[in-house]
Amino acid sequence: MREYIDGSTAIVRGALDAGCTFFAGYPITPASGILMAMMRELPKVGGVAIQGEDEIASIGMCIGATLAGSRAMTATSGPGISLYSENIGLAVMGEVPLVIVDVQRLGPSTGGATTVSQGDVQFVRWGTGGGFPIIALAPSTVTESYWLTAKAFDLAERFRCPVFVVTDKELATTLTTVDLESYPTIQVRDREVGSGGPPYRYAPADEVAPLHEFGRGATVRFTGSTHDTGGYITKHLPTVDALNRHLSEKIEDHRDEIELADADLEDGAPTLVIGYGVTGGAVRAAVAEARRRGIRVSGLVVQSLWPIPETVIRRAMEGVDRVVVPELNLGLYRREVERIAAGRSVVGVNRVDGELIDVDQIVEAVT
Amino acid sequence: MTVDITPLRRYRNETPYPFCPGCGHGSILDKLSEALATIDIDPASVVVVSDIGCAGLSDQYFDTSAFHGLHGRSITYATGVKLARPELTVIVIMGDGGTGIGGTHLINAARRNVGITVLVFNNLNFGMTGGQHSTTTPDGAVTATTPGGNLEHPLDICATVGVNGAGYVYRGTSFDDDLSTRIVEAIRHPGFALLDIWELCTAYFVPANKFTRRGLESTIERLGLATGVLYQHDVAEYATAYRAASRDLPSRMRPVGIPTTHPSPLTDTTSLVVAGSAGAKVRSAARLVGEAAIRSGLWATQRDDYPVTVKTGHSLSEVVLGPRPAAPVGVTVPDVAVVVSADGLRKVQPMLAAMGLNGVVFTIPEFADVVTGARLVVIDPTASPVRIPKAQLALVLLTAAVARLGLFPVEAMTEAAAAGAFAEENLAAIEAGRGL
Repeated sequence: MREYIDGSTAIVRGALDAGCTFFAGYPITPASGILMAMMRELPKVGGVAIQGEDEIASIGMCIGATLAGSRAMTATSGPGISLYSENIGLAVMGEVPLVIVDVQRLGPSTGGATTVSQGDVQFVRWGTGGGFPIIALAPSTVTESYWLTAKAFDLAERFRCPVFVVTDKELATTLTTVDLESYPTIQVRDREVGSGGPPYRYAPADEVAPLHEFGRGATVRFTGSTHDTGGYITKHLPTVDALNRHLSEKIEDHRDEIELADADLEDGAPTLVIGYGVTGGAVRAAVAEARRRGIRVSGLVVQSLWPIPETVIRRAMEGVDRVVVPELNLGLYRREVERIAAGRSVVGVNRVDGELIDVDQIVEAVT
Repeated sequence: MTVDITPLRRYRNETPYPFCPGCGHGSILDKLSEALATIDIDPASVVVVSDIGCAGLSDQYFDTSAFHGLHGRSITYATGVKLARPELTVIVIMGDGGTGIGGTHLINAARRNVGITVLVFNNLNFGMTGGQHSTTTPDGAVTATTPGGNLEHPLDICATVGVNGAGYVYRGTSFDDDLSTRIVEAIRHPGFALLDIWELCTAYFVPANKFTRRGLESTIERLGLATGVLYQHDVAEYATAYRAASRDLPSRMRPVGIPTTHPSPLTDTTSLVVAGSAGAKVRSAARLVGEAAIRSGLWATQRDDYPVTVKTGHSLSEVVLGPRPAAPVGVTVPDVAVVVSADGLRKVQPMLAAMGLNGVVFTIPEFADVVTGARLVVIDPTASPVRIPKAQLALVLLTAAVARLGLFPVEAMTEAAAAGAFAEENLAAIEAGRGL
């Protein structure tokens, strides 16, 4: 059997199947579909969903609820990510598992509320102060919207950090026919809960301590200020250094656990097309069309935007002398690809008029 | 004879306070500690959520659970904790600064009546950052940022939360003998409780304004602010009410499979654009076409375009049907266009002009002179034996297009409509469309 479903519904179902128990969000096009579905569905499974008075309150409630034992998600669009900024930092610093959905629309500012864009890819990466690593996944289909949301919950627990699901107006609202059998099952790990003793641990630097939750018998200290392992504010140099290295290394040293990409490589192809998100659909179609015309080409749809999956991209670039990067912005991810491309020619196919990139545009760039 | 004495639980730890001599923070915290000991709650189930500023340091002097977050947002974290675990005792400690930057959270938590207790350490200025004026600085007061005297009117915190539904509201000073009793009452109150506790900032406000305890009391009087318990009424606590309202709900959503019941002769991808007015059921009509196509073994996608407004302007749906799955991509020139309103026509005019001889445009007599390279099929809804409402024009013309082009059997449309919302009127529209 098949179903007719949009990306928002798939994200909600992915969250419910991953064990999400808390949602807070504020209405914003094109992310409101997720808010409305969560408001309707979460109380049915014993969870709590609430519409905050603004985006700041919404993500704040999610962080509070997580510390009290919930698995939380919030969803917004670019203007809302702007308001999330300070609390994204809090979640990074306090090591709070949290899933943040960004349904991108054309920016900057209110921009085009009902218009597609991929303008937030660097924003989610650097959207808070401090310069620490962020994990971001980007679905390119409805099916991926489902399983990458579940995966985001898993990674949030694994690394005790906020994880973005970066989608967009078209993926979230476009109805697509999906074979019910095509949804993979994602194992979402149970939360490891600590009790008693210090709630944080910085050595070994790359290891993640279990989350200490409120109301489980022992007192728990949580803070967004630079803190020691007990959760007390500190300026002790070795402790500050250890904390900050830990926040980075717990992710950077385990990039292999995060890297996700859908590679369709052709031996000896001189050209590689790298896309992500909604543009990934056009990349797949363009690769098929180019091959139909006898052009040798490889395709790579990046599913884990951040950290950038360098190993997969490097492997895909072997033997390639030209890389094409289509995206709905003026080359925001291309510069990351250029860094890895080591002198290969990297060409962008870019569109910022609010329309999707045409398959022919990519085919043209490949030939 | 031996007597079992349960030792009093400890809430305050051994660390001395870091506050300036004469600052009121320490005495309020002592009263909080006393209040917690009176109630005798497990310290682990007490969560002290501290805001920013000198008052924001408070949680470190307690052996309870603690959450120290961002400036002005303490109420949002406290709300999240309480919603997730209503049985926990959640106490917010914030300064008057927090009532400014976090004003909306204050009002909305009061309005929702989330069962948290908020202690406002109101020392009338920003004490940690250099004595700048805050929302509660009295008019005329001299601060680092109001050197000529404050021109702003001070915020009445109690009235603000009180008139907006807070369950328990108290105003007093750090010198009040009954403060710990009031804190006990506030914590025991099931709904949102707030204590606006005025105090002295000996680092800044006191020297800048030659302020004293007497000055504190006379300022409250001069501003016409009442003291004591100002609001106290029974309210439904939000987290508890939410759980009560969540009982007996149907089970969560699951995938709804669409059966394949018809064949389709379609061997190639066909794109179809329907253009009408927002609020005129363009998207829902297009969705029925997609569902009917799936019933006919096809793969469909539907992309919508509409302005931010709801019932004005254009509404455009692009439906792509094919025998194989395909990712949604933009439709530049469609194979079939259905135009049912002037709003829609304006939007797709260039698209229609670009369509070639292989394309087909379905429209109503009003737009019979449309410029297009495609074959034009004009359908007159008034020729129908039944009256066709404007909002059904999209579905009527889409049905006519499906029938005339033989994309898939119209019976699939009927089945899709019968299985969905507004079945009766949609079935009537499909019937009318197939007859035209």
